[in-house]
Amino acid sequence: MFKKSVAELGRALIAREVSAVELAQLFLERIESHKDLNAFLDVRPEVTLAQARAADARIAKGDATPLTGVPVAHKDIFVTRDFHSTASSRILKGYMSPFDATVVERLGDAGMVALGKLNCDEFAMGSSNENSYYGNVLNPWDKSAVPGGSSGGSAAAVAARITPAATATDTGGSIREPAAFSGVTGIKPTYGRASRWGMIAFASSLDQAGIMTRSAEDAALIFNAMLGFDPKDSTSVERAQEDYTRSLDLDLKGLRIGVPKEFFGEGLQADVEKAVRQALAEYVKLGARLVDISLPNAALGIPVYYVIAPAECSSNLSRFDGVRYGHRAAHFNDLIDMMKKSRSEGFGPEPKRRILIGTYVLSHGYYDAYYIQAQKVRRIIADEFQRAFRECDLIAGPVTTSVAFGFGEKAADPVAMYLSDLYTIPGSLAGIPGMSIPCGFGAKNRPVGLQLMANYFDEARLLGAAHRYQQATDWHQRLPPLVQSDR
Amino acid sequence: MALTLSDVKRIAHLARIEVTDAEAGQALGQLNEIFKLIERLQSVDTSGIEPMSHPLGGSQRLRKDAASSTENREANMRNAPAQQDGLFLVPKVIE
Repeated sequence: MFKKSVAELGRALIAREVSAVELAQLFLERIESHKDLNAFLDVRPEVTLAQARAADARIAKGDATPLTGVPVAHKDIFVTRDFHSTASSRILKGYMSPFDATVVERLGDAGMVALGKLNCDEFAMGSSNENSYYGNVLNPWDKSAVPGGSSGGSAAAVAARITPAATATDTGGSIREPAAFSGVTGIKPTYGRASRWGMIAFASSLDQAGIMTRSAEDAALIFNAMLGFDPKDSTSVERAQEDYTRSLDLDLKGLRIGVPKEFFGEGLQADVEKAVRQALAEYVKLGARLVDISLPNAALGIPVYYVIAPAECSSNLSRFDGVRYGHRAAHFNDLIDMMKKSRSEGFGPEPKRRILIGTYVLSHGYYDAYYIQAQKVRRIIADEFQRAFRECDLIAGPVTTSVAFGFGEKAADPVAMYLSDLYTIPGSLAGIPGMSIPCGFGAKNRPVGLQLMANYFDEARLLGAAHRYQQATDWHQRLPPLVQSDR
Repeated sequence: MALTLSDVKRIAHLARIEVTDAEAGQALGQLNEIFKLIERLQSVDTSGIEPMSHPLGGSQRLRKDAASSTENREANMRNAPAQQDGLFLVPKVIE
């Protein structure tokens, strides 16, 4: 039963082949038996089982949605009323939110049952989940490898089938990169589609919620409940509600897939390139046409990102001052000293580093040279995507330059870590939807992801193209060895 | 352009983060590496290009200027490190 998809579980629940309580118990047991992965930060069986009982009552009344009773787990960037919300930081240890994030609330309204909160990089800053105050998450495919980040707990939990679905967030690649490293399906929608209300802010002009699942079909089902206008988020986009499953039977005949030459240059490892090229060949077999495109300034995405994201983070994280919530130092001389010590003790090295960069680029005399210049180059990159989309319907390429790396390999060198997001940052800067789907295995039998990107608001077609690939291949069905022996 | 140790300490003070000399020294090396990466932006010709602050452009939506009920004092203060009579307590700031 734990190997079933969200769609299958929803059908089994409505057909009364299984109850929501039974499913909740099954996945709670799996959380326990795979505790060594360190994917979960807070689990409260009494909360989960109460939600499951409510879902069963709803199913009995004939009032169920396709998601009612299906378990989901939330990245610890979303605040929740019933579980701790820490952003994997010491500064928010033990924090209980007075409200649920809109994304959490919407999935709860659809009847999904929350299993708990998922580990991630501190304040979603990182590419390996090595920046969590609460310890590393292990990659279920190979416990000596990172699961990716920042949504490492989400990726590992879905990969190990500890949850059928997990919420995640993407600022520069934090959904797609861990999805690729851990061999699951992960998608971020167009900026503005998912409410940021209750998502602990990192870089507000980039942060976007998304979902990790086993398949594109499952992601489409969940998007139907999760996305939509929220008056509580000032950057939420006002558009009519959509059915994201409407194009799952997309005809690939004549679909133009743009292949950016800059995504196949220096740095791309041969094993990843091979798997990605095979996936592109599969699309051709299914009727799609490959188009050579160019995103000449895509590589500038990294410097742009490391100005804009730290600038916005230094502003957003100023709210953690030891006054209203969060960690307060035990000893201090005065108010300023209390704030300095509380922040110094509460934040880990990566948030501190980014706060310092951000404070500097926003300071007097440097604002125009750094922040405004970065915003201008951001537009150049976004415009290049628009030119590319005149020649193609979707864009495809690798998600990462390599398969998952080992613990400690890049941890001491921030710049090497930042370069991990070379292929994901450009799409985040433009604000377009993007996803990663499993497309094979590379070195050490670690998963490889295929990145697919679409133009603004074209998620349905993106999901359709991914679904058709997943009907023709079985990479997304493969199970990590540690799951194969589970019964 | 390279930062100096006193730059790092000044920035840390502005950001209200306490750093020891050893931490500032370590941060200095890392920040300079990161700024080397960022420097690449300076050579890009951006004349005539509007800064992009939001992926979809547009302006911030304003809500109706009407009172709404968000009073939830007890729940909102539940996480306060120090409080009294519904107020947040901080060290004395006015002599």
